[in-house]
Amino acid sequence: MIGLTHYLAVAAILFTLGVLGIFLNRRNIILMLMAIELILLAVNINLVAFSAFLGDLVGQVFAMFVLTVAAAEAAIGLAILVIFFRRRGSIAVDDVNRMRG
Amino acid sequence: MIAIFAFYLFATLTIASSVMVIFARNPVHSVLWLILAFFNAAGLMLLLGAEFIAMLLVIVYVGAVAVLFLFIVMMLDIDFAALRSGFTKNLPFGLIVALVLLAEIVVAVSAWKAGPVTGGAQPAATTQPNIEAVGELLYTRFLFPFEIAGLILLVAMIGAIVLTHRSRGDVRGQKVSRQVDRRPDEAIKNLNPAVGEGMKL
Repeated sequence: MIGLTHYLAVAAILFTLGVLGIFLNRRNIILMLMAIELILLAVNINLVAFSAFLGDLVGQVFAMFVLTVAAAEAAIGLAILVIFFRRRGSIAVDDVNRMRG
Repeated sequence: MIAIFAFYLFATLTIASSVMVIFARNPVHSVLWLILAFFNAAGLMLLLGAEFIAMLLVIVYVGAVAVLFLFIVMMLDIDFAALRSGFTKNLPFGLIVALVLLAEIVVAVSAWKAGPVTGGAQPAATTQPNIEAVGELLYTRFLFPFEIAGLILLVAMIGAIVLTHRSRGDVRGQKVSRQVDRRPDEAIKNLNPAVGEGMKL
């Protein structure tokens, strides 16, 4: 029988893959954003699984809020990417030193 | 039986396609694998009975976010081969961090199972469809967070437009005030005069 632990395992593996993706593609910011989407997807699976197995719908409502924030973050991140590429002609994260941070 | 088969199918495909997101050489392929991962995650959520979130995942992630990624990847002229140069250098460290994180999560889940949190609560047998139940919760108890979520989306939309908008000097824009100020007597009229009657100018 499929239990809560199965879903938690899938979400844990997805989360780890997202973190691994951020570490591996340190220079490619588009792939880093995709890895962040994977992490948020893992969080959503966790929320929905707990909501289903505890019989409480609030988890699904929160999954929807996470979805909202993920969409907003992707839009803003890609907009920043576009203006950065327009100025520098590259998206390598190592070159981001304009603000000397 | 079919539920178990469906769970393992969706879970395996989700994980396999997210591995491919990370390791694909071409970013366009990465986005396509990401779309497959989202579809299979939506299948997992369908198995859990969360139909609304599953459909929302397909509509928002696949229909909006992934297409946005695809659009950006194809629009920008980027040398992706140069961006992959640190890949093998980062691989051992990244794998160590990932394994440590996975071990931590496993420990956390087993601690959660040992603890008193579960209570053995069974999912309540609902007579309501999932969408109705979520909507009822969303528009009563979570009305204020729901509106804040809408505001976040509005801010993101305006922010993205403001960030990427640039005024170019070489295009002739619309002058709204001149259009509003126009009167009928200074406009050109289309007439179809009858033969022999002449025109009134």
